[in-house]
Amino acid sequence: MSYIAEVYFNGKYVGEHESPQTLVKSLIEKRRKNILSHDMNVGYVEDRNEVQINTDSGRVRRLLIVVNDGVPLLTEELIAKLKKKEVSWDDMTAQNIVEFIDAEEEENTYIALKREDVTKDHTHLELDPVLMFGISTSILPFPEKNRGDRLNYGARMAIQAIGSPAQNYLMRDDTTMNVLVYPQVPIVDTETIDSIGLTSHPSGQNLVIAIMPFYGYNIEDAIIINKASIDRGFGRSLSYKTHVSEFRRYWGGQEDEIRVPDPSVHGYKSEEAYRDLDEYGIINPEIKVSEGSTLVGKVSPLRFLGITKEVRMGIQNFRENSLTVEKNASGYVEKVILTTDQQGNKIVKVSVRDTKIPEVGDKFATRHGQKGVIGIVVPEEDMPFTEDGTRPDVIITTHAIPSRMTVGQLLEIIAGKAGALAGKRVNGTAFKGDEAHIREALKVLGFRDDGRETMYNGITGEKMESTVLIGIGYYQKLYHLVSKKMHARSRGPVALMTKQPTEGRSKDGGLRIGEMEKDCFIAHGAPIVLRERFSSDMVIVPVCRECGVVAVDDKLKNKITCPVCKTSSKNNIVMTEMSYAFKLMLDELKSMTLYPKIIPVEK
Amino acid sequence: MSNEIIEYYEKKIDNLDIDAKLKTALKKKVSIMYPKMSYDHGEAVGVVAAQSISEPATQTTLKSYHRDATAGLEITQGLPRILEIFDGRREPKTPSMKILLLDDYNNVDGAKLVAANIRETVLKQVVYEDAINLVNMNIEFTFDKAQLKILNLSLDEISKGVKKAIKNIEVKIEGDKVIVEPKKANITVKDLQSIRVKARLSYVKGIKGITHTVIENDSNTWIIHTLGSNLKKVLKIAGVDTYNTKTNNIFEIQEVMGIEASRNAIINELLETMRSQGVDTDIRHIMLVADAMTSHGKVYAIGRYGLSGIKSSVLARANFEETVKHLINASAEDVVDVIDGVVENVIIGKTAKVGTGLVNLVIKKTDK
Repeated sequence: MSYIAEVYFNGKYVGEHESPQTLVKSLIEKRRKNILSHDMNVGYVEDRNEVQINTDSGRVRRLLIVVNDGVPLLTEELIAKLKKKEVSWDDMTAQNIVEFIDAEEEENTYIALKREDVTKDHTHLELDPVLMFGISTSILPFPEKNRGDRLNYGARMAIQAIGSPAQNYLMRDDTTMNVLVYPQVPIVDTETIDSIGLTSHPSGQNLVIAIMPFYGYNIEDAIIINKASIDRGFGRSLSYKTHVSEFRRYWGGQEDEIRVPDPSVHGYKSEEAYRDLDEYGIINPEIKVSEGSTLVGKVSPLRFLGITKEVRMGIQNFRENSLTVEKNASGYVEKVILTTDQQGNKIVKVSVRDTKIPEVGDKFATRHGQKGVIGIVVPEEDMPFTEDGTRPDVIITTHAIPSRMTVGQLLEIIAGKAGALAGKRVNGTAFKGDEAHIREALKVLGFRDDGRETMYNGITGEKMESTVLIGIGYYQKLYHLVSKKMHARSRGPVALMTKQPTEGRSKDGGLRIGEMEKDCFIAHGAPIVLRERFSSDMVIVPVCRECGVVAVDDKLKNKITCPVCKTSSKNNIVMTEMSYAFKLMLDELKSMTLYPKIIPVEK
Repeated sequence: MSNEIIEYYEKKIDNLDIDAKLKTALKKKVSIMYPKMSYDHGEAVGVVAAQSISEPATQTTLKSYHRDATAGLEITQGLPRILEIFDGRREPKTPSMKILLLDDYNNVDGAKLVAANIRETVLKQVVYEDAINLVNMNIEFTFDKAQLKILNLSLDEISKGVKKAIKNIEVKIEGDKVIVEPKKANITVKDLQSIRVKARLSYVKGIKGITHTVIENDSNTWIIHTLGSNLKKVLKIAGVDTYNTKTNNIFEIQEVMGIEASRNAIINELLETMRSQGVDTDIRHIMLVADAMTSHGKVYAIGRYGLSGIKSSVLARANFEETVKHLINASAEDVVDVIDGVVENVIIGKTAKVGTGLVNLVIKKTDK
């Protein structure tokens, strides 16, 4: 019972065919005989009884080895030839040994995952089982030994790692860029790492990891770092920030000027502020700068060219508009670039470099989704040591392992240890690592095959009761650095409209006491504390007793007048304390023609 | 009140089989602990109750949809149910009843009989065949006799039900057939067709709205669970234990049993829902909420159209929801807000009159 199938070409209906299976078969055959283009894919959709022929651009296709009668066409000989570059992949596609399959055609295929799985029923063979992971997941070692969610976290955090994004970073002027100072290629690597170029752009360092407690400083995923490791350059990164100043031209032939502002300029700061500028008004490389330092001296014409007091009095009409270092930033000037934009305006770019040395609170992660912040930096002499005197660079907590089941991490530590001792890199590609082999290698080197060693307390010298897993693992520094996040405020700026504290670290803002926090104070029966915390915008305003509106305080005439009844007698005005937000609300109500009336009640 | 409770526990301690010395020590402890545990004057009991209920409620969220079917009936549980009670919805998402039986009916047959009397039955459920007789211009219904027996349904009842559902018809019983005939001259086939459809959907037995019944035997007590609820009618049915039958529709309880009953229903439903989710809170918090909801003589929801909507302060209402509506109405009605509550005081920046804000320092002046 087969009905006539509809045939679609690039999604458009073109006709019908009596036996769709034959049509599909013959089209594929013709493609394999190079009569039809290799860009053509054809698939028979059984449940809708239609044939889909696709030749358009933008389809996702993947490469598969063709299997003929249970025999993969890409033989070991051909692979060897490919490795020697005697033949190319283009030859393989041309000879139809491998072919690109799209989503529709894939529905009709039966694909074997491994070479040894191939049977007579199979139509294709996967190039490599590791292709089941994406690129960012397949750079993780031993992914098949970890739980799936950990791979997800690991792949996501590898993206946040500070590494070597470009090798010409000294010549670049990115707005922000983080560069690891001593990046290392992982000892336990994968084939994907080599093929995507991570070998020349590594994003982490190999560390000696011990999994053990350390006086409670590594609870809740905190990590202990050896001070000597930091001194040797572990986790040291450079943070570049490029500040740009553009010199514009204005109406009337006026333009911005690069120079050291003189005291006649509006908003002139002080001589001190312009100390680091040279005679041209631009800072020089390797000068130490901090928050608010002037990088480029710049004066602009006054914004309003009307008849202002200053113009009439003959004072220079320039205002100070220098380029300064932003809040919470400091460092050394890396380079100064003088250039022009397409309109011919002058541009000065000043790149500021800051060396970020690991400190308590910086975030690090392995490639197994095991992240943590530094809990304490310990002097090397206090770190525990093994029999041969090795001290770990980093100590992570034992509780990080059981619930997360990152067996791949344990294996990486053992494999890394074996690799480091033998001076070899270890292959950790999915489905290719060999646990028994690694253990054997470690045993041959004279270590326990489970990677455990007897350790001694670095402070007391006592031998520890339990053996400790110690080995080499790859650690990435993530760009969440405390120095870019730490924030506190006691007093500070307020917003203009509400007179309440500003929001956000960059504006030196406060932390909000929200609706639910308010409820907590009330639940504790502490409304006086609540009043105090909400009193950031308290004001004392004069209120007219008769009209119940806020009166106008004329400071020049020293006279308070009610705007409604125009009286200014002292008896009629009450000084009232209220939050400025409430006063603002009253004003807004008035603007909407509602008349909120304050009825003062004497206590 | 407090003395009563202390006396109650002292009596309990007296009945204990322990050393007399220990007894006095225990009594002393009770008399110290009880006043300690009670609320202080001015403590914000409402906020404490709100937090004590809502914090555990956040833990139920994930569990809410994971419950297994309860004996074939899927009844809303967890956070959705808690919200339903607080929102004061007129009809729960899944109205349900738990019907207990009088002693005479407390057996399989009795339970089945009562269940049959309760569950709604539509004619088509019992019809074996319906035929349009073109000679006599009427419709003949024959019935599934086994089904009739299970439902304890007589032809009289059926004819009554059909008569009630359709106007201008005559219903006759002839042997084991029910014949429906329109009271009209010039009957067309179209008329007969439309009557047949209506007749098939007419209710012949049971209570409208109760679509399912499940009979459960819990240690020799026969219980009928229903999907759909109608307390008023169920209580009238013979064999139903009117004292112990329950519904989860709080508004029905309010209508049938009064406001005090609905207060208890709110408390029981909330406690049961929370306990079934494995979270617990002190019953007093829930009692406070139930009191607040029912103290106006009818059930008020917690929210915009309920308790929050009837607050006396304009600022408090405007602070919650529908700010513009409240402010404009207040302006039109010349409302005075005396700035008494917590929210109003927070808005203008004054100390709220709760907790320590309630008291002022008073100096007693003496003439010396």
